[in-house]
Amino acid sequence: MNAVSPPPRPGAAGFLARYESLIGALPGDSALRAAAAAAFRAAGLPGGGPGRRIEAWKYTALRPLADMLFAPAQAPDIAEPPTLAGAAAKVVFVNGAYRAAMSAPPAFFARFADRPDFGTLSWPDREPMTALNTMLAADGMTLDIPANTDGGTVHLASIGVGPTAFHPRHLVRLAPGASLTLLETANGTGPYLHNPVTEIHVGAGARLIHVRLQNEDIAAFGLSTLYADIAEHGTYDSFSLNLGGRIARAEIRATLSGPHATAHLNAAQLLTGTQHSDFTTVVRHAEPHGASRQTVKNVLAGQSRGVFQGRIEVARDAQKTDGYQMNQALLLSPDAEMDCKPELEIFADDVKCSHGATIGALDADQIFYLRSRGVPAAEARAILVRAFLTEAIDAVADDAIRALLEAGIAGWWDNQAA
Amino acid sequence: MLNIRGLAASIDDKPILKGIDLIVPPGEVHAVMGPNGAGKSTLGYVLAGREDYVVTAGSAVFNGTELLGMDPEARAAAGVFLAFQAPIELPGVNNANFLRTALNAIRRSRGEGELDAVQFLKLARAETKRLAMPDDMLKRNVNVGFSGGEKKRNEVLQMALLRPKLAILDETDSGLDIDALKIVADGVNALRGPDFSALVITHHQRLLDHLVPNRVHVLSAGRIVRSGGPELARELEKSGYAGIVAEAA
Amino acid sequence: MSVAAETLDAVQSVTESGYKWGFETNIEMDLAPKGLNEDIIRLISERKEEPSWMLDWRLKAYAAWLKMEEPEWARVDHPPIDYQDLHYYAAPKKKNGPKSLDEVDPELLKMYEKLGIPLKERAILAGVDPDEVEERQIAVDAVFDSVSVATTFQETLKKSGVIFCPISEAVRNHPDLVKQYIGSVVPIGDNYFAALNSAVFTDGSFVYIPKGVRCPMELSTYFRINARNTGQFERTLIIAEAGAHVSYLEGCTAPQRDENQLHAAVVELVAMDDASIKYSTVQNWYPGDADGKGGIYNFVTKRGACRGARSKISWTQVETGSAITWKYPSCVLLGEDSVGEFYSVAVTTNHQQADTGTKMIHIGKGSRSTVVSKGISAGRSNNTYRGLVRMAKTADNARNFTQCDSLLIGAACGAHTVPYIESRNPTAKVEHEATTSKIAEDQLFYCRQRGLSEEDAVNLIVNGFCKDVLKELPMEFAVEAQKLLAVSLEGSVG
Repeated sequence: MNAVSPPPRPGAAGFLARYESLIGALPGDSALRAAAAAAFRAAGLPGGGPGRRIEAWKYTALRPLADMLFAPAQAPDIAEPPTLAGAAAKVVFVNGAYRAAMSAPPAFFARFADRPDFGTLSWPDREPMTALNTMLAADGMTLDIPANTDGGTVHLASIGVGPTAFHPRHLVRLAPGASLTLLETANGTGPYLHNPVTEIHVGAGARLIHVRLQNEDIAAFGLSTLYADIAEHGTYDSFSLNLGGRIARAEIRATLSGPHATAHLNAAQLLTGTQHSDFTTVVRHAEPHGASRQTVKNVLAGQSRGVFQGRIEVARDAQKTDGYQMNQALLLSPDAEMDCKPELEIFADDVKCSHGATIGALDADQIFYLRSRGVPAAEARAILVRAFLTEAIDAVADDAIRALLEAGIAGWWDNQAA
Repeated sequence: MLNIRGLAASIDDKPILKGIDLIVPPGEVHAVMGPNGAGKSTLGYVLAGREDYVVTAGSAVFNGTELLGMDPEARAAAGVFLAFQAPIELPGVNNANFLRTALNAIRRSRGEGELDAVQFLKLARAETKRLAMPDDMLKRNVNVGFSGGEKKRNEVLQMALLRPKLAILDETDSGLDIDALKIVADGVNALRGPDFSALVITHHQRLLDHLVPNRVHVLSAGRIVRSGGPELARELEKSGYAGIVAEAA
Repeated sequence: MSVAAETLDAVQSVTESGYKWGFETNIEMDLAPKGLNEDIIRLISERKEEPSWMLDWRLKAYAAWLKMEEPEWARVDHPPIDYQDLHYYAAPKKKNGPKSLDEVDPELLKMYEKLGIPLKERAILAGVDPDEVEERQIAVDAVFDSVSVATTFQETLKKSGVIFCPISEAVRNHPDLVKQYIGSVVPIGDNYFAALNSAVFTDGSFVYIPKGVRCPMELSTYFRINARNTGQFERTLIIAEAGAHVSYLEGCTAPQRDENQLHAAVVELVAMDDASIKYSTVQNWYPGDADGKGGIYNFVTKRGACRGARSKISWTQVETGSAITWKYPSCVLLGEDSVGEFYSVAVTTNHQQADTGTKMIHIGKGSRSTVVSKGISAGRSNNTYRGLVRMAKTADNARNFTQCDSLLIGAACGAHTVPYIESRNPTAKVEHEATTSKIAEDQLFYCRQRGLSEEDAVNLIVNGFCKDVLKELPMEFAVEAQKLLAVSLEGSVG
């Protein structure tokens, strides 16, 4: 069969050809994959070619990805990622495949490859990258935390080694009253596409703390889509630090599906060079008394481009919703660009929703003040940038994880100074 | 004038007033005192018709009319005035315009003619002067950016203009210095007469030195536990509520 | 009696519920056949006695329109519009040109009366010498369906060098000015509705303020759609030369009809060095009935170019009418230190849909813009703020401040905010704030405790909510606008 395999093709056609060649070999519901393939065929890569732009991808075009040629994922030798202090459990994926030798999985872990489960929340028909993932997902992590159980801290690490593309499928379910801290790191070398789809269920009264440190290779594409459903009195508390990638996008769609649910979708993006990073969120308040909070900070150097799109939706029944969102951007260079689209879509009258956005440079008076006290200019800028980020970072309560994030930020800043 | 019988009220299914009996004859000023959480403010809100309080029993007859069940504006038209403990801010709403709208609404209901802007301003300026309030108080937005004392004086100004038959003062004295306190007391004293009664809710004896009540009632845990003459307020000032409350329990 | 008081009384005389401007005037009409094609465009151009360049421009726009698609991105929903089922030209039958009032149909004068056009202007329309009129003067251009029927004060304005006339007249009498500026701010292919307008516009106002002239009075246009099955496509062009200042008011009404009527206007403003243009609109087209039947589809392109240094364009709008409002009065801030402003109140009730906002495009160094939008949704309506603030790479030290507040009245409506913010200059500063809330219970209770009815209390609070916008309106309009808010929200409470 494989004797006369056609030459690899770039972009959407390449992914579709790969799917055709794997039909029957991939785990799980093949009908679902076929439907996703049809949806992806129709949609293509957002902005990957001519044709009508999708509003959800207004500021991010995947044209460079459409030109990439990827080989099937290999299993290269790589060093084991460091173990987070306090995290007993570690689950490592290399080029999207589970690496048992490097992992210390918790009891409630299963592999997608062994027990494929596409979940119930995702929208392959509406989201091209989810369609692409659904079509080609081969492995991933499933965590099921039983009711009233503390799952402790789990570290999910992804390591990519280009040139290749991988589409992991993760599923995290917290039964009522359960709790978990999930640290997710993404690193790698070379040009690759990391296109994970993650589905999260926070049961009634359950609490998930989810911290994501995206530090993909500067040549890589990191395009993640996350769907979260938060039940009554449940809390989904997430923080995303986006440092890496040539083109990166983190899309979160969170639905507060029970009364008194809470979602925090905080983030910081630090970009330089010609990086492009897009943080896109949709928070849907479907039931009353929900609360959502978002603080998003962007620090943009070089010719980088930061994007934030955040929509708060309040359904007719979601009275007493309290929604707040703040997006702030610092442009550190004359060639940086920030595009921002905060959005409110409100159908209930007894609500309090607000958003704010500011874009500007560091305050010249503050820099002068510090310099007049003897602080060198570069240091003064570093101090002020750090202060700018503090509000977002401080939302992360776990000391070890926060230290990891701060190290990431310090590394970014050292790169800038160098 | 006001005859309250067996009044019970709750908020969010939590009972606050548990059977109040209170008669305020025409021309009298009654003080309602009591510890925090006794239900003093609730009594004021229920009499004024705040909708989140649910009356579960009792009646409140005012000049022969049952108040409970009337819309707040109908009670205001009937002559009930509540001076709020925390006066509400109305952004963008000019104080003079607000006062004139309110005054004309009440004048209409009394069958009196409405005042035009000039007549109203003349009246309002005279009152602000009498209350030693700055002139710009009328130009500013209702209670927005007012200090605590200014808010309270604004309440007294409204009372002076609307000339109610029953004034309920909900801790109007709190946060006021002695001069402001005197102004508030004078404002009420000026209205005193055979057709005017007042229910003065307060924590302190201080206001009552200037606004001498005919009767003093002590409210505790939703009930009136003791009533007496003005000397009761002085006794409370000296010995506190603990004794009376314990005695009643 | 002052003009303001007249206006107030005209509005106050209206007391019952419902749309108060829904009368139809029986005037002999000159109607073009239904449908849109090159022949109709030629007919319009011919009726207007236009030079050939204007016809060519229209035909070019028509060709562009044919290739375009109706935009779908706005949050408005309507059955497809049959562009071939409309009359593109409707005019009161002229006897001999409406320059003298005796020649204006008495029915038309009655209509102005019903519209609440201040008596002063009606008196002038009735032949009183403008120079006899003291107090504040407002020059009025009235556009009835497709044609401008009367412009007052032309002579007074002429003395100061101001040109204020129907655009059709300007095409004939000031062709160089029109040729230079028309389509220079809103190009013919700018968007679907602007292209349509460019092809078929029949009238509108033209204003030219020469260098250094402060227009001696407010200029005002009343637009009215009267005929059945007509579209109204007026085009307004205002040019303020260096150091010139003008304030322009626009009022709109339409009769009550079961069918939907299309209104697709284009307004272009040009401000040169140190010039300022203040453009105020009270839009009260027929909004349809309580079940959403009928009403105007209002697809409008309004844009101002601040071409000169320190030039200023300020848009103020109070939008209470129309079944559908689709308009984004915008400023292109080219000049150094130029200023753009957008103040908006949009009220929707019943089944109305409004998708409105602004674009502030900062190109010039030191350009500044302020956006204040107040949306009030009641009934089953949807009210969307959609805006763009763009700081181009060249916009050193530019500033924008945007405040968008939405108020919901009742549980069946929707309020939406869709701002786009793009910055490519680190020295530029953008600040955006948006809130959505309902009228606080304690505010309502406080007002009612002071004797106000619930409806009066709501009106008072809503007017307070809108104050930052209403204070930007010229006095006559501010009073009218406040009353309009109250009338629009009647019955939405409780």
